[in-house]
Amino acid sequence: MAAAGPSVFLLMVNGQVESAQFPEYDDLYCKYCFVYGQDWAPTALPLASVSRVDGGAGAEEGPWTVTRTEERRQHGDKGLEEGISQITSKSQDVRRALVWNFPIDVTFKSTNPYGWPQIVLSVYGPDVFGNDVVRGYGAVHVPFSPGRHKRTVPMFVPESTSKLQKFTSWFMGRRPEYTDPKVVAQGEGREVTRVRSQGFVTLLFNVVTKDMRKLGYDTGPPDTQGASGPSPPQGLPP
Amino acid sequence: MNPKEEKVKIITEEFIENDEDAGVGRQKKTPKVARQKRKKRLPTTGPEEMVSENPHFNQQEPVQEDSDTRPLSMTSRRGPRSLPPIPSASRTGFAEFSMRERMREKLQAARSKAESTLLQEIPTPRPRRLQSPSEKELETEFGTEADEEVQRTQKEDDSQSYSRVKFCDSVRKIKPKPPVPPGFPSAEEAYNFFTFNFDPEPEESEEKPKAKNRDGTNQEEEEGEEEEPPVQEHKMDEEELLSAKDDEDFLLGLDHAAEDFVVVRPADYESVHVRLQMEKELLFVPSRLTVPTYKKLPENVQPRFLEDEGLYAGARPEVPRACQNIMENRLLTQEPGRKWFGDDGKILALPNPTKGFPSRPPVLTQEQDIKAELETLYKKAVKYVHRSQHMIGSGDPSGNFQLDIDISGLIFTHHPCFSREHVLAAKLAQLYDQHLARQQRNKAKFLTDKLQALRNAVQTELNPAKPHKSLDTTQKAINEYKSEIRQTRKLRDAEQEKDRTLLKTIIKVWKEMKSLREFQRFTNTPLKLVLRKEKVDQKTDEEAYEAEIQAEISELLEELMEEYERKMEGYRAAYQQWKAWKKAQRAKKKKKKQEHPDEEMEEPYPGEEPVKPVPPEPTDRALVEQQVRERAARSRRRPGEPTLVPELSLAGSVTPNEQCPRAEVLRREDVKRRSIYLKVIFNDKEVSRTDSRPLGADFRVHFGQIFNLQIFNWPESLMLQVYETIGHSGTTLLAEVFLPIPETTIVTGRAPIEEVEFSSNQHVTLDHEGVGSGVPFSFEADGSNQLILMTSGKVSNGVAWAIGENGIPLIPPLSQQNIGFRSALKRADAISSIGTSGLTDLKKLAKWAAESKLDPNDPNNAPLMQLISVATSGESYVPDFFRLEQLQQEFNFVSDEELNRSKRFRLLCLRSQEVPEFRNYKQIPAYDREIMEKVFQDYEKRLRDRNVIETKDHIDTHRAIVAKYLQQVRESVINRFLIAKHHFLLSDLIVEEEVPNISSEGSGILGLSLFKLAEQKRPLRPRRKGRKKVTAQNLSDGDIKVLVNIIRAYDIPVRKPTASKFQQPSRSSRTFSEKRAASPTAHSPTHSADYPLGQVLVRPFVEVSFQRTICHTTTAEGPNPSWNEELELPFRAPNGDYSTTSLQSVRDDVFINIFDEVLNDVLEDDHERGRGIHTHIERHWLGSVKIPFSTIYFQAKIDGTFKIDIPPVLLGYSKERNLMIERSFDSVRSLSEGSYITLFITIEPQLVPGESVREKFDSQEDEKLLQATEKFQTECALKFPHRQCLTTVTDISGKTVFVTRYLKPLNPPRELLDACPSSPQATAELVARYVSLIPFLPDTVSFAGICDMWSTSDQFLDLLAGDEEEHAVLLCNYFLSLGKKAWLMMGSAIPEGPTAYVLTREQSHYLIWNPCTGHFYGQFDTFCPLKSVGCLIGPDNIWFNIQRYDSPLRINFDVTKPKLWKSFFSRSLPYPGLSSVQPEELIYQRTDKAAAAELQDRIEKILKEKIMDWRPRHLTRWNRYCTSALRHFLPVLERSQGEDIEDDHRAELLKQLGDYRFSGFPLHMPYSELKPLTEAVYSTGVHNIDVPNVEFALAVYIHPYPKNVLSVWIYVASLIRNR
Repeated sequence: MAAAGPSVFLLMVNGQVESAQFPEYDDLYCKYCFVYGQDWAPTALPLASVSRVDGGAGAEEGPWTVTRTEERRQHGDKGLEEGISQITSKSQDVRRALVWNFPIDVTFKSTNPYGWPQIVLSVYGPDVFGNDVVRGYGAVHVPFSPGRHKRTVPMFVPESTSKLQKFTSWFMGRRPEYTDPKVVAQGEGREVTRVRSQGFVTLLFNVVTKDMRKLGYDTGPPDTQGASGPSPPQGLPP
Repeated sequence: MNPKEEKVKIITEEFIENDEDAGVGRQKKTPKVARQKRKKRLPTTGPEEMVSENPHFNQQEPVQEDSDTRPLSMTSRRGPRSLPPIPSASRTGFAEFSMRERMREKLQAARSKAESTLLQEIPTPRPRRLQSPSEKELETEFGTEADEEVQRTQKEDDSQSYSRVKFCDSVRKIKPKPPVPPGFPSAEEAYNFFTFNFDPEPEESEEKPKAKNRDGTNQEEEEGEEEEPPVQEHKMDEEELLSAKDDEDFLLGLDHAAEDFVVVRPADYESVHVRLQMEKELLFVPSRLTVPTYKKLPENVQPRFLEDEGLYAGARPEVPRACQNIMENRLLTQEPGRKWFGDDGKILALPNPTKGFPSRPPVLTQEQDIKAELETLYKKAVKYVHRSQHMIGSGDPSGNFQLDIDISGLIFTHHPCFSREHVLAAKLAQLYDQHLARQQRNKAKFLTDKLQALRNAVQTELNPAKPHKSLDTTQKAINEYKSEIRQTRKLRDAEQEKDRTLLKTIIKVWKEMKSLREFQRFTNTPLKLVLRKEKVDQKTDEEAYEAEIQAEISELLEELMEEYERKMEGYRAAYQQWKAWKKAQRAKKKKKKQEHPDEEMEEPYPGEEPVKPVPPEPTDRALVEQQVRERAARSRRRPGEPTLVPELSLAGSVTPNEQCPRAEVLRREDVKRRSIYLKVIFNDKEVSRTDSRPLGADFRVHFGQIFNLQIFNWPESLMLQVYETIGHSGTTLLAEVFLPIPETTIVTGRAPIEEVEFSSNQHVTLDHEGVGSGVPFSFEADGSNQLILMTSGKVSNGVAWAIGENGIPLIPPLSQQNIGFRSALKRADAISSIGTSGLTDLKKLAKWAAESKLDPNDPNNAPLMQLISVATSGESYVPDFFRLEQLQQEFNFVSDEELNRSKRFRLLCLRSQEVPEFRNYKQIPAYDREIMEKVFQDYEKRLRDRNVIETKDHIDTHRAIVAKYLQQVRESVINRFLIAKHHFLLSDLIVEEEVPNISSEGSGILGLSLFKLAEQKRPLRPRRKGRKKVTAQNLSDGDIKVLVNIIRAYDIPVRKPTASKFQQPSRSSRTFSEKRAASPTAHSPTHSADYPLGQVLVRPFVEVSFQRTICHTTTAEGPNPSWNEELELPFRAPNGDYSTTSLQSVRDDVFINIFDEVLNDVLEDDHERGRGIHTHIERHWLGSVKIPFSTIYFQAKIDGTFKIDIPPVLLGYSKERNLMIERSFDSVRSLSEGSYITLFITIEPQLVPGESVREKFDSQEDEKLLQATEKFQTECALKFPHRQCLTTVTDISGKTVFVTRYLKPLNPPRELLDACPSSPQATAELVARYVSLIPFLPDTVSFAGICDMWSTSDQFLDLLAGDEEEHAVLLCNYFLSLGKKAWLMMGSAIPEGPTAYVLTREQSHYLIWNPCTGHFYGQFDTFCPLKSVGCLIGPDNIWFNIQRYDSPLRINFDVTKPKLWKSFFSRSLPYPGLSSVQPEELIYQRTDKAAAAELQDRIEKILKEKIMDWRPRHLTRWNRYCTSALRHFLPVLERSQGEDIEDDHRAELLKQLGDYRFSGFPLHMPYSELKPLTEAVYSTGVHNIDVPNVEFALAVYIHPYPKNVLSVWIYVASLIRNR
């Protein structure tokens, strides 16, 4: 099969959920997950090497490694496909930024750019009564082209359907939430919802692709997509 | 010293002290407070002083400000010293002034000292106060004095250092000599008092306050030091030093230190001019003046304008002229400045990048609360449309066009105010203009030249030098020339004559005018005609004249000769004719006379008689010459006569008013009063008007105005209205002038100024010299020769289209014009000019482009130009067809066939269409070659088979048809609901708290939640919470498990001792009556003795199989085992699709099989027995429980005791109870026959079951009825939310139907009724059995995600599949037709969950029928699976259970009691008599017995093959003998419905197969498909026996019931030969 060329391409994404701007709220944490199409699967980059390492280590170290391998198998070696961050408070300077610096590290394999992965963010924080309520949902596609990308995602929350419900939801600390945060990465059914803007989350992506060009997908600038040599570092996109 | 001043001093001193006291007392207070106090107090003193003094110390402050917080004593000291000469002056006003001045100084000094001390104590707030605006104002008020002060201080700056020393000395001197007045408590106070008040000497008065002040300061310092030193740190370093020193100095009485450090200078000031000068040196201010172009360009280079050269130059961004100039000037002063300038001398600039129109998206405001009356009504903007065809098409991007109208002036050719002279002058001017025009054209000259040329030509033609030409042509040419000459000559003569008469008229008018001027003795017009004579050479002129005449004469002669010739010809011909006629006449006459003398009258046509022609006269040369000369004399200048050139000039002088008669003066004044303006009327609307300009004495009005009309529509009309205003009275419309709409080629700059004449028909009579208008007047004195002149004039104007910024003329497209305007096209819009069809015709397009002079460099035209260039080059092939999407071809990177052949593309398409096979296809390979062909096989097969009925799988054809039909119904319904699935509700997407319900009735959310608020957020002892439900979206294989907890079982059949060959038959099941009574069966204890004590009766274990995964428990012992084990089975969704719909359609069953583990000793030799145990484990199937996955899925958990489905015959086992063992509780538990197992089944994690589609179906029911159902349901739900209440259901076509319509007596099959006509109960059972034989197929499976669908009974029988409702409806209908009282009973049962049962009323009791199994239970049967009853449905009513309990054991079924049953139809809503949806009658076909037999054979064969397949490593032998025995036995089982035969059968078998160990059982099920049969056989595990010498027996019997309902019996057995 090696001679025939690759049958999948790989997309490696790392980076971090850097910070957020939520002017009205404090002490927030964030969750992220990925939404991707049917042709996509999260993967560990060198599948063969992972299994080899596990095998070798397992033989040496006994039960601990076994459990770890077990665990890894359960999680499917998917990298950090989803995560929940620490709670952060606002900085005291003028920026009033909420910094998480929460790492993202995931590798996908795919046969088809359709359903390109999107990262879905949801931000939560306590309200006046101390209940955890959602402060924002947002989603953005993982950048297509290799390199370093900074993305600022506007966040929003669903609105209550009536004033009374708004009040009670505020009072009870049970604001309307999406049944599934992944809704924000889809277009279907959005027409029934009303949302309100909340703030911004800044994400940093470092994207590496492999074999995209070989499969006929040209996403990056020509010099960085070359098969040979590492791509020169790109400046921050404006 | 004047006492007033003294007084003031005292007061001042007082308040200073006061102030100090205050300062000391309230050191924390800001000085401002003190100061305000001071101010308040001052007015109490003499007001005069106040005025003079108060400002002063304010004024003094700026000086202090300079020194700010320094010890200010210095300032005060300086003051006095500056004034030494002044006190010496006499007591004049000045002296007084100076005195006052000094006083002020002193005061100032004292005050500043006080302040300084204060400041030292409280320094920080000080500066702020000093800068208060009020003080500043005061400062400026006394500006002069301030200046003085400044100067003074300046002067003193130099001398300060030494004066300080002096001062110190003086202070020392003063100090020792204070007079001490007695009676005062403090020496110091006294001292102060006296020194201040009573010292008349100015010197002293200056010094003493200082001393006093110093003392005061000292005091304060001493006090202040204790508290305040740290405050000083806030000051500058210098000040710190100072203050430290000051303290010392004060203590020492020395004050010198301050001056050492403080330099007081005036503020630096430079005059404005100086500063400007300096700034000019430093700063560069670019000039605002326009830079001449030559400066911006290299030497000797002319500016080059690209536009003029025809190149495209984009519009420059707009920059104000001034800014541009500044920039240019700045650039020019810089070194490489020129490089910024382009060839045209302007700053290089890119084209203006801004868009001309805003692209901001429309703001969508959604205000909900706007009141209706306040709401804004949207009305579409309506353009002014004159006529519809002038509308601009909506597609037209720019609707702004511009028409420039230049109105330069107006001249009256006649005006009422014209005097007679004016009339003549106008006439003269007109004539002169005419003359000039003729002169310019000079037609006479042109014609003369032409004549000359023609003559020459004739001459050359006649010249024989050209012999080659044929005579004919020459002659012809000559003739043509000659006729030409003649014409030309005539024309010339006419022209010349006109010229001459014009000249004569001019001269005549001029003479008239001159005479008029002389007559009236004044001149009104400056017109003056000068006739310039141009001398001509007499001789040559005469010669030319003569030559001309001669030539003319000769030509005329020639002409006349020709004419003569021609006439002669005519004459001759006529003469001949006449002669002939004459002759004939004569002959006739003769004849007549001879023959008919009477017929004289016969000559009919007297006119016909030709006249005798007269021969033409020959031309006379003399006559011709005379004529020619006469004409020449008339029309031509006489030879030698000088040429007269009239020249009209305005050089003449107009007689001034004084010298004119009164009438004329009046006229002139009248003219002056008049003014004229013009209105511009565009499309009958006034768009603008000119200024009103006075009418000049020469009756000319100059406007010189240009109007830019921004227009939308094609101009319909353009008109100027001339208005005249006389004095201040109203205006009159003089005339309307229609202007022609310019051709589209006429654009601004190219338009000529044209004069358009106008005239008015108004009648004006004036009482002065003016001639009026429309009124006759005469030049003659006698009034003869009257003239009537109307007001008229000319407007000189220019109308042109404006040119837009980008050089495109702003002309509306042609489409707006009338068709008549077509000729005037040269349009910017290609489509409108050449029509839409022209676009496809490239040649036309190119032609148009060439005609319309498109700018080829304008990017707007680039695509067009390219197209045209391609088209005109002739290389491209222009197709002669029209295509809608021309570019489609460009995107077709592969052909359609190739695209369709691509497997990958196909796969992607199918997946996106959500075709079931591919809906969840993951990772479609990147290459075609990696896609296996077999991927599509299933799909293609399905497509192929859609219409082909395939009988292979469905052995029996009818079922195949039904299956197909079902499949199709399912598909169509699923497709409908797939669409519905994509409609989302808010609740699908958003989890939101419900609207709280304050009333505590019901759930009372608010109250509960309020209570919750007080709850701890993280309690130490958390309460158990429900399991988290998982939405099915993000699941994958292996995430879901089915948990089966097997707790215990009761009454497992026990082994029979093999020894006993014969047993007394015992009834294992009860008769009907027994069941009803639920009385314990009397078991015969016959065999109990057979059991050897302690022998294991049975060793059962449970095996659970699900999706071919098998788990089993450990083995327990005894007929009532207890396992209490949890088994975990993984769940795999079909195609890996874990969506709700997919999960709902899972049709797998959970099989719970109970086996008996039998250990067989396999050792054959007894002698080996001692050494080891060799046993063989056999397992014997005892029974099973089957639970569909869908039930588990919907119920979330299943918890209860189930009856084990035990085959009617279980060879080797019996249900005999060992009374000996179980005596104690037998009476309790053996109430019901059969074995039971207690189970708990659930799914982990809990899945959210799909909701039924909430789409509201349309209905044919009455609207009122539907409302009533809703009301009924909500009422019921409010009372008992968990009880099922059913009023409407959905029929198979998706319509809502009232449920009672389904109930109607329907006839059961005849043969069932005939089977046992005597016993109605037996018939009922038989009918129930028949119904139960119809295969069960839950709705949720067939119509995944869809609410319950009810099919009518005939549909149900046709489909041969349905769920509980259909079964129940059919059974109920049968019972109704049997004459029973029957109801449909909605409730929940185990394990089905919500389900439908049938309730019948027998004589005294109620029976509950399970329609799916055919079993029936008494109302008080504890093992009845129905656990709760929600409602009863009869054919004409619905009753909802409103009793306290819902268990059938505890409720009363008497529906007539309204307290127990809430009925739908009642007195308020009577039953309207709803017609049934059921058919009138059910028609049953007899099932083809032969087909059934065939099916039976095939099933047997297939099952045998299957068993062999399941035993791949073992040989499978079939015992034919046994098989035939079994086959023989199955119909008996069917006949007896599986009861009462076991023992007979056993006996028979034993008889036949005596030496076999036999284990087997008959399975009974309704027939639907093959798969359930094989599954059932597989689950028994018969094939698992791997004893080498095992033999199998399998028999199938199918009993056909009417309507293709088949009852299938499968007897499976394994035999092991006993040795």
